[in-house]
Amino acid sequence: MTTTAETDVAATPKRFNINFGALIMEGRALVALLVIIAIFALMNDNYLSSGNLATIAKDVAFNAIIALGMLLVILKGGIDLSVGSTVGLTGAVAGNLFQGVSLPLTDAVMYPSLWVIVVLAVGVGMLVGWVNGILISRLNLAPFIVTLGMLYVGRGLTQVLLGGTNITNELRGQEGLNNEGLFTIFASSPLGVPISAWVMVALAVVFSILLTRTPFGRWLYATGSNERAAELSGVPVKRVKTRVYIFTGMCAGMVGILQIANIRSATADLGSLYELNAIAAVVIGGAALSGGRGTVRGTIIGAFVIGFLTNGLVIVGVSPFWQTVITGAVIILAVAMDQIQQIIQRRRADARAVAQVRRESQQQEDEEAAEEPLKSEGQKVH
Amino acid sequence: MPAGQPNGLENTPGSGGSGEVVLRAVNVSKTYGVTRALKGVNFEVRRGEVTVLFGENGAGKSTLMKILSGVEQPTAGHLELDGEVIELMSTTDAVARGISIIHQELNLNPNLKVRDNIFLGREIMSIRGIDFAEQSRITRQMMQRLEEPISPDTYVQDLRVGQQQIVEIARALSTDARILIMDEPTSALSTTEVHVLFKIIRELKRQNVAIVYISHHLEEAIEIADRAVVFRDGELVAKEDAGDINLPWVVRTMVGREADYDFREEPRHYGDVVLSIQDVSVYDPVSEKFPVEHVSLDVREGEIVCLYGLMGAGRTELMETLAGRDKVAGGRIMLDGTDIAGTNVSERIERGMGLVPEDRQRDGLIKLQSVGKNLSLAGLSWWVRNGLLQRVAETLRVREQITDIGIKTAGPDAPITSLSGGNAQKVVIGKILLTDPRVLLLDEPTRGVDVGAKGEIFSLIFKQARQGLAVLFVTSDVGEALTASHRIVVMSRGHLVTEFDPRRATREEVMAAAEDSAPPLLSTDAPRAQVTNGADA
Ligand SMILES: Nc1ncnc2c1ncn2[C@@H]1O[C@H](COP(=O)(O)OP(=O)(O)OP(=O)(O)O)[C@@H](O)[C@H]1O
Ligand SMILES: [Mg+2]
Repeated sequence: MTTTAETDVAATPKRFNINFGALIMEGRALVALLVIIAIFALMNDNYLSSGNLATIAKDVAFNAIIALGMLLVILKGGIDLSVGSTVGLTGAVAGNLFQGVSLPLTDAVMYPSLWVIVVLAVGVGMLVGWVNGILISRLNLAPFIVTLGMLYVGRGLTQVLLGGTNITNELRGQEGLNNEGLFTIFASSPLGVPISAWVMVALAVVFSILLTRTPFGRWLYATGSNERAAELSGVPVKRVKTRVYIFTGMCAGMVGILQIANIRSATADLGSLYELNAIAAVVIGGAALSGGRGTVRGTIIGAFVIGFLTNGLVIVGVSPFWQTVITGAVIILAVAMDQIQQIIQRRRADARAVAQVRRESQQQEDEEAAEEPLKSEGQKVH
Repeated sequence: MPAGQPNGLENTPGSGGSGEVVLRAVNVSKTYGVTRALKGVNFEVRRGEVTVLFGENGAGKSTLMKILSGVEQPTAGHLELDGEVIELMSTTDAVARGISIIHQELNLNPNLKVRDNIFLGREIMSIRGIDFAEQSRITRQMMQRLEEPISPDTYVQDLRVGQQQIVEIARALSTDARILIMDEPTSALSTTEVHVLFKIIRELKRQNVAIVYISHHLEEAIEIADRAVVFRDGELVAKEDAGDINLPWVVRTMVGREADYDFREEPRHYGDVVLSIQDVSVYDPVSEKFPVEHVSLDVREGEIVCLYGLMGAGRTELMETLAGRDKVAGGRIMLDGTDIAGTNVSERIERGMGLVPEDRQRDGLIKLQSVGKNLSLAGLSWWVRNGLLQRVAETLRVREQITDIGIKTAGPDAPITSLSGGNAQKVVIGKILLTDPRVLLLDEPTRGVDVGAKGEIFSLIFKQARQGLAVLFVTSDVGEALTASHRIVVMSRGHLVTEFDPRRATREEVMAAAEDSAPPLLSTDAPRAQVTNGADA
């Protein structure tokens, strides 16, 4: 009796188990987030003020937008270290375009309109991503090395474009040149929420549809888990690999524009170290650096954890040096918790299984003892 | 036959110490989540004897072997070695006690050389560090014993599945184990290679090694068996001396019905030529050789062509070239009359030609994904509307496929890693079938699949062939070649050597044709020969 219909029984709880597991994984980051918020809210009354929340929202959004791009690359099993430089580069390109482009062989200076500037800047980001992608997918170079190189190239180009000075005044644009409005649009707060947060929400929605509802999403997870098998299943592996870098470049370009509007200046160090915060957000959100595992939801939560933590440390007046130490420790802790939790879960499941088997064999023995006389007769008849 | 109690020294055939129980599993159960893989199994292994395990895919054979070799720990019950209760916490534990295993799923490090794989974790040390020369010497010796020309310096990633199996065997043999467990060691080997292994097994028996052997090549398994046990749904349901068993009994006890398949008399309705291979050669930059040379072959609609040959004959290379992974070095591949030279794998799948690869672990399965997502991966375009996947329709089709080809799983959402070897293989086949192909390329499609399921898979393929599907399949199993194809083409050393009609050919003829022009095996009295070059000569 104990063995009947085991597959039927198996079908439902197993599904439940999986979802439950995923929930806990993200739950862990969520718990961390709540703990962080609670601690800082208790220590400082201003932490949850609407002004501070808006500041946090902006920082979170910048990091989250980059992290969403990074998530795609990490799902593929790659990494993109060049995003921070790309943010700086797109900022510098946009700044230069605001200054006007002097056309060669003439005295004329061309001033592109605002939206042309935006499109071109984001386009530069995508171009950087495309170069990364081509080098990685066609020439089979290691993503770490290619994008590390690009980190230098991008930062260097930023410095070349800026020539040692920040571009500040020109960003305002000039009447009649059609390039006004950077600040009023890209540093605005519709409904009291910073525009960058709206962009983050929009991107999160688009990316989660991309990952869960389109063939590209399936291809990406498959490629990250087993590239050879994906290829033989007809997945255009090279295209997938190139495309994810174009996405990170695009995200970096968007942040470049949003950032220069936000700080009202294109500077040479804009976006530096963004790549590390983005990787941290993705990892805290439960993604595997080896590829094939990770979600948009987790990544967004990861970005929130980092944003709330960094801001809280500032607001309660921890010295900048210690801020860095604590941030690092929290990242390690968050990822370690993940492992510890998995070990505990596995132990529990094993213990439950042992108990169940014991119980059943006990039961069976009891039954057998009861049926003993009957059974031996039955066998003789057989 | 009652699934008896362990009965020690009684009824032991053979002589002097042989036949005595060395390793015993007592009331062993294993539960994975809610799956009961083993339910209170009593099993024993005897010195100097080959105990063969039979059972359908997912019956629990590998699970028991993993427990015996320390890979997994039992949920309940215990192990006894020489009558003493033991606990094996790892494979290192097991090896230290003289228990070695050849895993069903290949377990080698692709980025290491053959030699380094064999001695991984047991490196031979000299004062100057690892003694590579000695390791190479022993490896070369093992390869001679196995009669395979594999150089100790080859990287494992450059080996075919069959050769990797040989390396696994060599590794297990080199541990000088007292108890040797072989979980489908021959699934990618042909009869000739299997007989070399059997010769070695007989030698080991004389040295009183206890052997456990699992295979879905039933005739072979019966041939080597001293004792046979049959598993069904995690229980040991029958236990017999080898003398008392035969094929029909094994099949009946395992599957619960007659499961012989024979499609020789199927009506044949061929249409036009769909796949035309014209004078194709393939170059392998690693070995700097041509594994396939000037091969020409036509496959027509509704025709099932079997490509039979020994390991290293170039069959897999040909298949991978057809699928679009490797480039042709010469000749043309015509699909429906157009040359598909410039197209890649995904374009060929779109045009209706897809491959079930030989190595399911490396080339078939997406390990981090569910059974359902693995199944639908290749045919995703079927469920796309306006750029979005219609997941309901997809799941419905996937469920249907799971039932159609009889995959034993908790459902589409179960992780692919929870499937037994044979069931995972069915997923790889099911995946390509879901692309609705016109030409189906199968490389050892039934590797690790049980008899019952083999029959089912072939009836599915024959059904589709009646509707016009053209099939080219590679096998190392003559029986399969003869009973499940319309035409047998024999490949040897990169060439197609001859053709048979399975209705008239005999096993012996087919095997002889494959061997006649086979590469010379290493002669055992040439110890220092450069092994890779041996095949050139
Ligand atoms: N890691 C795992 N997690 C969950 N279920 C598992 C796991 N490993 C095995 N199983 C389940 O345990 C059962 C027995 O599997 P096992 O691998 O022992 O079968 P097998 O007899 O070796 O089959 P095959 O002939 O296909 O190799 C199967 O139902 C399988 O799905
Ligand atoms: Mg198995």
